Amino acid sequence: MIEVKDLHKYFGALHVLKGIDLTVQKGEVLSVIGASGSGKSTLLYCINALETIEQGEVIVDGVSVHAKSTDINKLRQNLGMVFQQWNSFPHLTATENVALAPKIVSGKSRQEAREIAVKQLEHVGLGDKLDVYPSALSGGQQQRLAIARALAMEPDYMLFDEATSALDPELVGEVLDTMRLLAEEGMTMICVTHEMGFARDVSDRVAYFHQGMMEEIGPPAQIFGEAQSEQTRKFLANVR
Amino acid sequence: MDYTFHWRPVFRALPDLLDAGLLTMEVAILSMVIGIVTGLLLALARLTGAAPLRWFATTWIEVARNTPALFQLFFFGFGLGAFGIHLSPYFIVLVGLSFNNAGYLAENFRGGFQAVPPTQLRAARSLGMTATQAYVRIIIPQVLRIVYHPMTNHMVWAVLMSSLGMLVGFRELSGETQFFASKTFRIFEYFAVTAVIYYVIVKVILALSRLIGWRLFRY
Ligand SMILES: Nc1ncnc2c1ncn2[C@@H]1O[C@H](COP(=O)(O)OP(=O)(O)OP(=O)(O)O)[C@@H](O)[C@H]1O
Ligand SMILES: [Mg+2]
Repeated sequence: MIEVKDLHKYFGALHVLKGIDLTVQKGEVLSVIGASGSGKSTLLYCINALETIEQGEVIVDGVSVHAKSTDINKLRQNLGMVFQQWNSFPHLTATENVALAPKIVSGKSRQEAREIAVKQLEHVGLGDKLDVYPSALSGGQQQRLAIARALAMEPDYMLFDEATSALDPELVGEVLDTMRLLAEEGMTMICVTHEMGFARDVSDRVAYFHQGMMEEIGPPAQIFGEAQSEQTRKFLANVR
Repeated sequence: MDYTFHWRPVFRALPDLLDAGLLTMEVAILSMVIGIVTGLLLALARLTGAAPLRWFATTWIEVARNTPALFQLFFFGFGLGAFGIHLSPYFIVLVGLSFNNAGYLAENFRGGFQAVPPTQLRAARSLGMTATQAYVRIIIPQVLRIVYHPMTNHMVWAVLMSSLGMLVGFRELSGETQFFASKTFRIFEYFAVTAVIYYVIVKVILALSRLIGWRLFRY
């Protein structure tokens, strides 16, 4: 379970998250939507402590993420993250990309790490690209590689930060399909997304962010059908 | 022209000259290895260090790049000597060249670090890597590729610069040549042969670095 309690985040004087309260249960898929600059990415970065926080708390499976005593590197293994920009490591082959962290972070043997990598690459449909360098992969393939790389640490949670926004339209589908597959397998996911179709069809709940606050959260039927908030309705009217 | 060439003494000294050539390669390569490691640390200090560290790195880089290499060698020879620290000629050259290499390379590395997208670091950290693991396994390999060509050029420079060793009493290739030349007064012949040896060393190093680059950077 991921619990976010009264989370405040500032960049200098800029108040980016203004008291977020949010709980994500095991197995749940939460989509986060909202205008550019509303703080969606920042929320994800605060959850796995790639950003510091100024007030409040984030708790993952009972462990306070930002507490000084927390081993953040251990915690992050349980929180896979996929970024908007494809972050394949260009100097490593697909298999090496995926096998590296199991080897040097979880201390798996070279052989075990390779097996995990092959399994996860097949999982995301890259079984025929094992020894290829990222430069020879399309954006969609690189993004699936990034998903495989995160999955190789066997996380209980996956955080997606607009995993499809930097892709050419024809490549969006394959990445969304992979995310759908994970959701069906029961992965707990927080997906920041501009893909309203995905948010509606795949998520258990949808959260709408507006100017650093969580304006509304509820099942897709509520958000897309009968949003309580005027703001939410206005936003959705514009994106559709 | 009343100068007659006498090559025979030079050829007799050739084994000694070639030995000295190996010594030249040794200090040049060692000073490069030390220079690369130190240069990476200097670049990181300049980019991410606290103020005193940044200041220290900047001073090093400025002095290394903007004063004659010979003065830098003299500093580690006679300068430290004035404070009672006496290095052997070998170490004067090794330390001096390493100092110079580190300063020059640090500036190239700094550009290299800035050319690697910051998201690479985030991605590595998000997998649970420590900062050190992320730098060693993800960032630095990419930096080394970016700066590989300037680095190769500097390696050549280090070989040529090592000839300054003769001015602090180090019998590397130039020092050895000077020694023989002054004994026999066949100055032109000795230095002509030595120039050829330098040329060959540089070409060998360039070929090696091309081979290493080709092996290392497959992507
Ligand atoms: N490192 C940073 N330093 C300063 N300001 C930042 C930083 N990162 C984000 N911000 C600012 O914080 C606010 C929220 O940014 P964030 O990236 O979380 O928005 P977002 O909802 O993800 O937007 P988008 O849909 O464009 O990705 C923005 O105003 C942004 O300019
Ligand atoms: Mg964002």
